[in-house]
Amino acid sequence: MTIVVGYVPTPEGEAALTQAILEARKSNSKLLVINSSKGDALVDNRYAQEPEIQTIEERLAAQGIDHAIIQPVRGHDAAAEVLDAAEEQKAELIVIGLRRRTPVGKLIMGSTSQRILLEADCPVLAVKAGATA
Amino acid sequence: MDVFSSLMDGFATALTPLNFMYAVIGVILGTAVGVLPGLGPAMTVALLLPVTYALEPTSAFIMFAGIYYGGMYGGSTTSILLNTPGESSSVVTAIEGNKMAKAGRAAQALATAAIGSFVAGTIGTALLALCAPIVVDFAVSLGAPSYFAIMVLALLAVTAVLGSSRLRGFASLGLGLAIGLVGLDVVTGQARLTFGVPLLADGLDIVVVAVAIFAVGEALWVAAHLRRNPLQVIPVGRPWMGKQDWKRSWKPWLRGTAFGFPFGALPAGGAEIPTFLSYVTEKRLSKHPEEFGKGAIEGVAGPEAANNAAAAGTLTPMLALGLPTNATAAVMLAAFTQYGIQPGPQLFESEGPLVWALIASLFIGNLLLLVINLPLAPMWAKLLQIPRPYLYAGILFFATLGAYSVNLQAFDLALLLALGALGFMMRRFGLPVLPLILGVILGPRLEKQLRQTLQLSAGDPAGLFSEPIAVVIYIIVAIILLWPLLFKLIRRNRPAAVPAGMPSTGSGTVPPTEAGGSGGGGSHRADATPGGDGDA
Repeated sequence: MTIVVGYVPTPEGEAALTQAILEARKSNSKLLVINSSKGDALVDNRYAQEPEIQTIEERLAAQGIDHAIIQPVRGHDAAAEVLDAAEEQKAELIVIGLRRRTPVGKLIMGSTSQRILLEADCPVLAVKAGATA
Repeated sequence: MDVFSSLMDGFATALTPLNFMYAVIGVILGTAVGVLPGLGPAMTVALLLPVTYALEPTSAFIMFAGIYYGGMYGGSTTSILLNTPGESSSVVTAIEGNKMAKAGRAAQALATAAIGSFVAGTIGTALLALCAPIVVDFAVSLGAPSYFAIMVLALLAVTAVLGSSRLRGFASLGLGLAIGLVGLDVVTGQARLTFGVPLLADGLDIVVVAVAIFAVGEALWVAAHLRRNPLQVIPVGRPWMGKQDWKRSWKPWLRGTAFGFPFGALPAGGAEIPTFLSYVTEKRLSKHPEEFGKGAIEGVAGPEAANNAAAAGTLTPMLALGLPTNATAAVMLAAFTQYGIQPGPQLFESEGPLVWALIASLFIGNLLLLVINLPLAPMWAKLLQIPRPYLYAGILFFATLGAYSVNLQAFDLALLLALGALGFMMRRFGLPVLPLILGVILGPRLEKQLRQTLQLSAGDPAGLFSEPIAVVIYIIVAIILLWPLLFKLIRRNRPAAVPAGMPSTGSGTVPPTEAGGSGGGGSHRADATPGGDGDA
């Protein structure tokens, strides 16, 4: 079985990753870390760079978790990438990080978490930054 | 003190509220396009050429000059914070600048780049104000044969010296000259390359050509390569410099200026070669050679000063001789033509107030750029987060609007698309854009001088050599053209054990391959900014 976690280099993403590691160890399942970007801007601070991925890789390896890290850049938004991967892997759980959004901000920008929550076929675990200390 | 009083008059004109506003708009726009890789001042000035129908010439040129200088400033920000040069002239800055940023010294790198640019830009502009009148005095004595020779030199030098491949350079130049030929012959009234289309009889409008090649071509190219792994900007606070940084920066600034100005003023100088030379010099002279490759401040200060001084240098032949040596200057020259102003040595006579206001606005623009760049560099870097589809959709919109507004005929839009496709193909096959645009702009003027020369000598080609300066320039042209060949022969002779006979058999059996002539610096980056090739 597989656990899919949507990762971004922010406190929320960090919280999601930490929680996902806990879950993966508990149920002894494979962990799939997804960090994606649409790739249409030159700079995207939510796309993790090489050293950061390296750190996560080492951290997961140290915990002895069967894992994979993918960074798709195909012009899809993050929600679609996470949902696609979950469906493909027949995931048992999706872990995402939530951040506070004003209603207006959500109206304009949409919400990645909301789309994942509504459209996922498996249970979704949503964590907030600082919640898992 | 004629220069001084003219310059003060220029300041009076440039500091009127309206012109000052255009200077502010220019430097802001310039910085923005400088920061964004792929967009350059040449494209921006081309997109803004249609405003020449609405604006006073002085205001328009003040804005264009601001864009030009702003582009030079902005390029360094991207180089330092992202390791992707915003402009081809800041390729060298990225080498040390990005290393400094990664070592947590981004603030100092940005500061030395901005202050160095200011110092070099100011000195360069002062040199421009001093040199241009001298060049003009010399130039008014030249006749048509010398002019023809100088233009030939400029075209050949840009084509043969810059860029990685001579063959591609000449292909591009040929395309440009051909585009410049379209229309009725001025002397005989014969239709050339019009293919029976009456709409082509007036020739291709330079606005349409420039917008198509720079903007549409680049937009298509980016659309074809949209997805790429995004990068992260190195976070940075307000740029500042410590005492030690000042101490290590001021000499490279002055040396960079000394490299930049003359190279900018030479045809085919451009800003790439002096930045590279400045980098190499600083590396050799530095008291901290061990820091080079790990983020030496000298390696940022020198090249950044060099590219701004080169920008000022480029304006010297542009204003004094009507001879552009890079893409932005070429498009600005096209703007002169749009206003019906004849570029050339008579410009200082006929349009004195305009020229001096332009030079004064360069001083003002430099100061403005320092003010908006020093505290705001991190904010400019945020521009890089704009999704490119939005950006290029906007550019295509303005390109179409601009091309249509020239003559208000739909035919120009078809031309825009066709030439845009040409621009895309040129990027695809690595043809530099600069020779084409120079060919389009200088071609007709070149032809005029040639015709004049031949009319004076009653059709005798010997008339081309009737002035001593022309002869000297043809010798330089010959050296530039034959240099790779000579170089190869010398090289082959020196290590070979049998020096005699080798050259003749060697050149007989193995004709020197064209691609071997890579005279320019190897700073040609093919990744994101092929449009910025030679675009200073």
